[in-house]
Amino acid sequence: MRSFAQKALAVAAAVSAVASLTACGGSSAATDSGGKKITIGIKFDQPGLGFKQGSSYTGFDVDVARYVAKDLGYSDSQIVWKEAPSKQREALLQNGDVDMVVATYSITDKRKQVVDFAGPYFVAGQDLLVRANEKSIKGPNSLNGKNLCSVTGSTSAQTVKDHFANKVQLMEQTGYAECVTALISGTVDAVTTDDIILAGLASAKGGGNLKLVGKPFTQERYGIGVKKGDTAMVKKINAALKKMEADGSWQKDLASATKGTGYKPNSKYNPPTDFDAQSSSTDF
Amino acid sequence: MDDLLTLVGQYNVLGAFAVNIELTLWSGLFSLILGVVLVMMRISPIPSLRGFSSAYVELFKNMPLTIIMVLMVLAVFGQLKIQFSKTFSVNFFWLAVTGLTLYTAAFVCESLRSGINTVPLGQAEAARSLGLNFTQSATMIILPQAFRGAVAPLGNTFIALLKNSTVAAAASVSTETSSLMSTMIEYNANVIVTIFLIFAFGYVILIIPIGLLTTWLSNTLAVRR
Repeated sequence: MRSFAQKALAVAAAVSAVASLTACGGSSAATDSGGKKITIGIKFDQPGLGFKQGSSYTGFDVDVARYVAKDLGYSDSQIVWKEAPSKQREALLQNGDVDMVVATYSITDKRKQVVDFAGPYFVAGQDLLVRANEKSIKGPNSLNGKNLCSVTGSTSAQTVKDHFANKVQLMEQTGYAECVTALISGTVDAVTTDDIILAGLASAKGGGNLKLVGKPFTQERYGIGVKKGDTAMVKKINAALKKMEADGSWQKDLASATKGTGYKPNSKYNPPTDFDAQSSSTDF
Repeated sequence: MDDLLTLVGQYNVLGAFAVNIELTLWSGLFSLILGVVLVMMRISPIPSLRGFSSAYVELFKNMPLTIIMVLMVLAVFGQLKIQFSKTFSVNFFWLAVTGLTLYTAAFVCESLRSGINTVPLGQAEAARSLGLNFTQSATMIILPQAFRGAVAPLGNTFIALLKNSTVAAAASVSTETSSLMSTMIEYNANVIVTIFLIFAFGYVILIIPIGLLTTWLSNTLAVRR
């Protein structure tokens, strides 16, 4: 009996050793090969912002992250990209799994309690995506009796219902791609979230059949999240962002990320000039 | 502690659990009915019914619930335009109940079949020698004993169903617990552990009594042989 217990322990130890090896595999290999590295958390599934296609990464968040990393002294090959899904962004920063998060990360008071923000590098606004032949939807007020889709865990659809159209019917899907499917098939009449995300979706999945309404009604300030207390890093990132806007890269990258959608960022707030990490707000 | 009270005050946590309980009770009722029908087909003397029942069970037992749920919304409702109500929230609720029922019925059928295996063959032979036909012997002799032998597996299926009801989020039921948890995390990332514990303990509190009840019932109801 004793020997069985010992064997079981040995097996358990071996399994956990292998598991920890594979778990660390990525990062240890990374530090071995090229000296210093920077790990950046981005979205992998948002066309136009953070999007992984094979082994290449595209989108405005990715461009901003690349520019900032370059300014901090890291070349392209020294960047390790890591997926940062919405729910895991704080944990990734707190555990030090990533050095910064550039992933449509709206600055809010609650989030500022656990992470620090640099930026904002972009001010998005909640808008509506509709079919190109849609004529009756001109803004959130005209959604009464219509069907609206958004993603589980976001309250953007509820915001529309509470403040603009109390007779709108809400559908929640697990991802924006499913919402766009429902929009194209006619199950819903509009999809709502931040305008720049909608623009990316329209260009990647719409094929010219979808358009933005173009009346943003909130201000979502996208910041770059870093570990709480790392004020030196915040300062360096803000300096890099300032440079990025001054030398025209910001405008060029935004234009190329939203090419073909006719998307124009809200010029009242963009490009952002005060990197004060002020929290996002609403216009109503 | 303050966090906990603010969160519970700000979000309708109890309402979300009520939605999951409602989903569970309706799906539990319908899947029990469907499960009994399936198991009767499974033990029937007609080969085509036996074949259909085992095909159904194998199909739904091995299909991930999330896929069934997404299928209900995007295919059954989105493409085939089959709907329970013009009101979205009502429609999605019953689509979710349908998905949960189709899935759970397969497990109810399997649980009952394990109960039937506890009934000695002599019972069926005795029923037949008394002149009872298939329906009579199944409903009066075999199934009552099978139910008493299957209390524990049925209870486990019911517990699994309660937890599975969170997958209704995939069918766009936005008021249930896992959707509410996502919303709370999105807007209160500073108290993520508290939010997690609220829901974890909520389910533990719901499920422990069910477990105790089924253990007690299966001891009291078991046929002494």
